[in-house]
Amino acid sequence: MAKMTLEQLRKLREEKKMDLTRREVDGKEIQVIVGMGTCGIAAGAKKTFDAVVEAVNAAGLGDQVIIRQTGCMGLCYVEPTVEVVAPGMPTVIYGKMTYDFAKELVTKHLVDKKLLDDHIFDRPAADIMKK
Amino acid sequence: MHYCLGDYVLDIAQNAVEAGPREVVMDLDESEKGFHVSVRDDGKGMTADEKARALDPFYSDGAKHPLRKVGLGLPFLVQAVDAAGGNWALQSAKGEGTKVEFTFPSASVDSPPVGDLPSLLLGLLCLPGDHEMLLRRKGPRGSYELRRSEISEAVGGLERASSLALLKDYLASLEYDE
Repeated sequence: MAKMTLEQLRKLREEKKMDLTRREVDGKEIQVIVGMGTCGIAAGAKKTFDAVVEAVNAAGLGDQVIIRQTGCMGLCYVEPTVEVVAPGMPTVIYGKMTYDFAKELVTKHLVDKKLLDDHIFDRPAADIMKK
Repeated sequence: MHYCLGDYVLDIAQNAVEAGPREVVMDLDESEKGFHVSVRDDGKGMTADEKARALDPFYSDGAKHPLRKVGLGLPFLVQAVDAAGGNWALQSAKGEGTKVEFTFPSASVDSPPVGDLPSLLLGLLCLPGDHEMLLRRKGPRGSYELRRSEISEAVGGLERASSLALLKDYLASLEYDE
């Protein structure tokens, strides 16, 4: 692909009519938060982040899902970690979220609304628990 | 230790963003001799004492996690650069900001692979906060600059997955111009 200019980027966005399909209903958005502290980065969280972006868009959920980075969530021993906040489902923190499992996260948790039981790790380490 | 050079960059950039800056300026300079990176922020900065302690792997300033007993970002970087025979520098002034610079020489077998640039740039731009970020990239395929505020405006924010996918394509087009 040839180098895009910012202007071409803006045009591309308009063509995709992303803003029209965006649903700005409060609290109904899905949030996927990828842990990117030193522990996460060392475990390959950058790839997890990319995988989530890819998988979410491939599933046609690009406009409904917000993807964020955060620091360490206190689960360094099972990085990469991903927190999923989806309406109608319990908020969970998944661990060992490698590239392949990120795709499963989207199809199973976000689309089929089923938890990935093997990957739930939601108890942070003692040093980040609030006293 | 991190897998690729990009991972070290993202780690250090996170420190810069968390210092409460108005702007973070980064240079990513790839030449035949090596890969030189500079990360400068105008955030809270460190005293000489804090600066010395920042390089200690068993020290963390406690801002994010008060009970944390390690702070590995800078120590990982220093260890990797030293192993590859490169050089690094850390400058900081309290209330003014901090600058981290480092170079991994191409000739060293211990220099990590560069990694995927578009993926790194996406990660850098998406670091959460209200700061401005200026990324200046010089590479084998030419030079370009990215300004976070402009990019965010062009793709409709840096949070929605659809915006991020669009941004990823844009970044790939800059890096892999055919």
